Amino acid sequence: MTPTRIRTIVLRALLLTVLALAATFALDPFRNYQLAVVAATFCATAGLTLLVGLTGQLSVGHAVLMAAGGYGYALASAPAADAGLGGPARFALGMLGALVLSGAVGGLLGLAGARLRGPYLAGLTLALVIALPALATQVPGLGKDQGLSVPFEGVPAPLAGLMVVEQWHAWIAVLVAAVVVTPLVVLRSGRPGLRMRAVHGDEVAARLAGVSPARVKVGAFLVSSVAAGLGGAVLAVVTQNVGPGRYSLAFSLLLLVAVVVGGLGSIGGAAAGAALVVLLPWLVDTAVSGLPADVAQRLSGNLAVAVFGALLVAVTLAWPGGLAAATAGPRGRLARRLTRGPAPALPPPSDTRPDPQPITER
Amino acid sequence: MDRLVLLVSTGVARGLVVALFALSLVIIWRAARIVNFAQAAMAVVAVYVAFAVQQATGSYVLALLAALVTGALLGVAVERGLMRHVAGRTPLPGMIVAIGLVMVLQSTLGILVGPQHRPMTPVLSQSPLYVGTVPVLSRYDLFVLVVALVVVVGLGLLFNRTTLGLQLRASAVAPEVSRLLGVRVPRMVTVGWMLSCAVAALAVLLLVPTELGLNAHSGDVLFVHAFTVAVLGGLDSPAGALVGGLVVGVLVSLVTGYASAGLAPLAVLALLTVVLLVRPGGIFATREARTA
Amino acid sequence: MTAALAVDGLVVGYAGAPVVDGMTLEIAPGAVVALLGANGAGKTTVLRTLSGLLTPRAGRVLLDGDDLGAVSVEDRSRRGLAQVPEGRSVVAELTVEENLQLGALWRRPGRAERRAAVDEMYGMFEPLARRRASAGHQLSGGERQMLALARALISRPRVLLLDEPSLGLAPRVVAQLFAVLRAAADATGLTVLLAEQNVTSALSIADRGVVLGLGQVVADAPATDLAADPALRHAYLGF
Repeated sequence: MTPTRIRTIVLRALLLTVLALAATFALDPFRNYQLAVVAATFCATAGLTLLVGLTGQLSVGHAVLMAAGGYGYALASAPAADAGLGGPARFALGMLGALVLSGAVGGLLGLAGARLRGPYLAGLTLALVIALPALATQVPGLGKDQGLSVPFEGVPAPLAGLMVVEQWHAWIAVLVAAVVVTPLVVLRSGRPGLRMRAVHGDEVAARLAGVSPARVKVGAFLVSSVAAGLGGAVLAVVTQNVGPGRYSLAFSLLLLVAVVVGGLGSIGGAAAGAALVVLLPWLVDTAVSGLPADVAQRLSGNLAVAVFGALLVAVTLAWPGGLAAATAGPRGRLARRLTRGPAPALPPPSDTRPDPQPITER
Repeated sequence: MDRLVLLVSTGVARGLVVALFALSLVIIWRAARIVNFAQAAMAVVAVYVAFAVQQATGSYVLALLAALVTGALLGVAVERGLMRHVAGRTPLPGMIVAIGLVMVLQSTLGILVGPQHRPMTPVLSQSPLYVGTVPVLSRYDLFVLVVALVVVVGLGLLFNRTTLGLQLRASAVAPEVSRLLGVRVPRMVTVGWMLSCAVAALAVLLLVPTELGLNAHSGDVLFVHAFTVAVLGGLDSPAGALVGGLVVGVLVSLVTGYASAGLAPLAVLALLTVVLLVRPGGIFATREARTA
Repeated sequence: MTAALAVDGLVVGYAGAPVVDGMTLEIAPGAVVALLGANGAGKTTVLRTLSGLLTPRAGRVLLDGDDLGAVSVEDRSRRGLAQVPEGRSVVAELTVEENLQLGALWRRPGRAERRAAVDEMYGMFEPLARRRASAGHQLSGGERQMLALARALISRPRVLLLDEPSLGLAPRVVAQLFAVLRAAADATGLTVLLAEQNVTSALSIADRGVVLGLGQVVADAPATDLAADPALRHAYLGF
C-alpha cells in the first residue's frame, strides 16, 4: 500500500474527526451523549463489518468483546484511581486493560473460529453471549449483576469553562473512534484486506497463493475484537458502569444489524449502521411514550427489534450490499461484490442450490 | 446416592427433550445442509398456537396436533418464502436471514402476547415415581421418553427404509446428481424443513410444562443446548443427537444440583468449546465424503 | 424418422463470449455418437444444457421431436433422458444398493419391479453385486464408474448422455466399460451421446463422430472414417 494512499486515508480521518469535534459544540448534552454512544458502537461495528464482510466469519457474540473491553477498563482503571493517578494516566491504563482483555478473549475465539465453519462459529459465539451473565455472576471480582463502576472522567481544567461533561465524553469517544477505525480503513484497503477476501473466497486457492487462512482469520478476529473492546471501554467511561445487562444477545444482534444494513465490508456503512441501531430504539421509545402504559411497554424494545429483524431480512434478500451499495459508486459496487461471495464459473445454472460444504477444514 | 439418582433421572428426562430438538436440527441438516438458527423461535410460535388450541378445546391431543401442523406449515412458509430466495454460495446470508427472522418472530410475539410467562399444565403428573424409596422419573418424564423414542425410531425408519428418505438424503448430499435421476430436489428440501420444524415444535411443547411457562424467549436456551448436542453428536447423526442430548441433559442437571444453576450455561459453553476444538465435526460425525 | 435427440442453433454462455455458439446436431434413435473435441471445446456445456442444468441463450433442445424448452432437469430425466455426469457422480454417502434404487425410483415404479431392475444390474455388472452394501466412497474408480453407468441404465432411458466416463480409469477398465455400454445400447435400442477426450476408445464403439471446436460442430462423419482419416485427425483431434 503506497504511502500516498495511507496519507490520504489519515488526512480524511483527521478532517472527519475535526468536523465531529466541532459539531459537538452545536449539540445539547443529551445529543452529545448519544454521539458518544454512537462513536463507541462505531468502533465495534467497524471491526465486525471487516470480520463478517471480508473473512465471512459470523460472530453473534461481539457484545461479549465490548463487555471484555469494558470490564478490562474498569479492572485496570479502578486500582489506578485508588492509587491516586490523574486523568490521562488512569485513562491510558484503563484502555490498556481493555485492549488486553478483549484481545485475549478475541484471540481465543479466533483460534477456535479458524477451525470452524460458519454455523459452528456462530453457534459458539451464541453460546458465549448467552453465558455472559453467568460468567459475570460466577467469576469473583466482576461485580455480579450490578457490574463494576468506572471512575468518572471529568472535564480537564483547561477546557472546564468551554464544555460540559457530556461534550467532553463525546470528544473522548470521537477521538478513540478515530484512532481505532483509521487503522482498520488502512488494513482494509491494503494487502491484509486482500488476504482476508482471498481467504473468504476460496481457502484452497489462498493457501496455494501463500496466504495462511488460519492466520488471516485469527488476525481478523483479533483486530475486530480489540476494536470492539476499545469501543466497550469508551462506553464504560461514558456510562460510568459496566455490567452484564447491557451486553446481551439482543445487543450483539444489533451490532450485526448495523453492519449488514450498512453494508458488509464497508466502514462508512458501519458508521451509518451504528447511528441507526443507537438512534432508532430511542426514536421508537419517544414515539410510543404517548400511548397508554401497557401498550407502550409492549412496544418499547420490541418494535425496534422487529424493524431491525425485518431490515436484516430485507437487506440480505434484496440489497446484499446494504446502504453502501445503494449509494452507487466504486465503494458501493465493492460492497455488493464482497457480499455476493465467490462468483460462479459459468452462467448461473437452473439448479441454484449450492453444493454441500464439508463441515470443517482439516 | 439418592440425590445422584434423582439428578441423573431428571437430567435424562430433560435431556430427551433437548435430544428431540437436536434431532430436528439433524433433520434439517440432512435434508438441506443448513443450521436453522430460527428453529426455536418458529417452534415457540407453533406452541403458542397449541396453547391457544388447548385453552379453547381442553384437549391435549388436539394441542399436540396443532403444534405439529403449525410447525410443519411454518417450515414450508419460511423455506419457500424466505430461504429459497437467499442468494450467495456461502451459508452466511442464510444465517443472517434466520437471525433476522428470530428477531421479528420474538419481538412480534412480545408485542402481541406480552412478556408474561404462561404456565402450561403438564398432561401427566410431574411428581416422581418411586423405586423403593428412591425417586426417579415422573409419569410425565416417561411420557416424554416414549414420545422421543417413537419419533427417533420413526425418523430412522423414514430416512433409511423408505424411498422418500432415500431421496431426502440424496438431495442433501448430491443435489445435482439427484435431479439428474429425477428427484425433485427443491420439494425434498421443503419436506425436510416441514419434518424438522414439526419435531422442533414437539420438543418445545414437551419442554414448556416443565418450565416457568410459555414466553417469547422460551426456546433460546433450548436452542443453545440442542445446538451443542447436535455438534457433540455430529450434525448428521440421529443416534448422536440422542446420546448427546442425554449427556447434555445429565451434565446440566448435575451442575445445577451439585454446584449452582448459574454455572449451567458455563458448563455447556465449556463442553461446546472442548468438543469443537477437539473434534470440529462432532464426536459421532460420519466422514463427510463428497460424491465420488 | 424423428431424431431421438436434436439441438438446433444452440447458444450457451455469456453474451459476447459464448461457450457453445450455434450448434446444430441430430441423432437418430439407436445411434451411438461420440462427441469429441479438445479440453474446453464445450462438450460438458452441451451435455449440461441437454439435461437442463444450463439454460441456453438461444436455440432449442428436442427429445423425440418435443421441444424441451422449459422442462425441468427432473422431468427430463423422468422422460427418459439420462446422464452420467463428469467426475464425481456416484453418491458417496449412499451404498451401491441405494444408488441403484435411486436410479430406478422414477422409471421403474413399484417395489417388485425395482427389485428386479436392481438384480438385473447386478447380473450385468458382477463386481457391483459383490459390493452391494459398500458405501460409494469405498469403491475403486472403476467400480464407481460402473455404478454410475448401471445407475443410468437401470432407469431404461431412451437417450443416455455420458460425460468423459473414461477419465482416470485404466485402459482395461475403460475397454470393459465401453463394451458393456455398446452391448446395452445394441440390446435395448438406446441412443447414446458419448462426450470423450479418449478418442480411440470412443470411436471404437461409436457409429458416428462429431467434433466440437470453438463451440461449433467442425466435423461430423462416420466413426470409421474419422478414425482412418489422418487429415481429419490432425486438424481436429491433434494426432
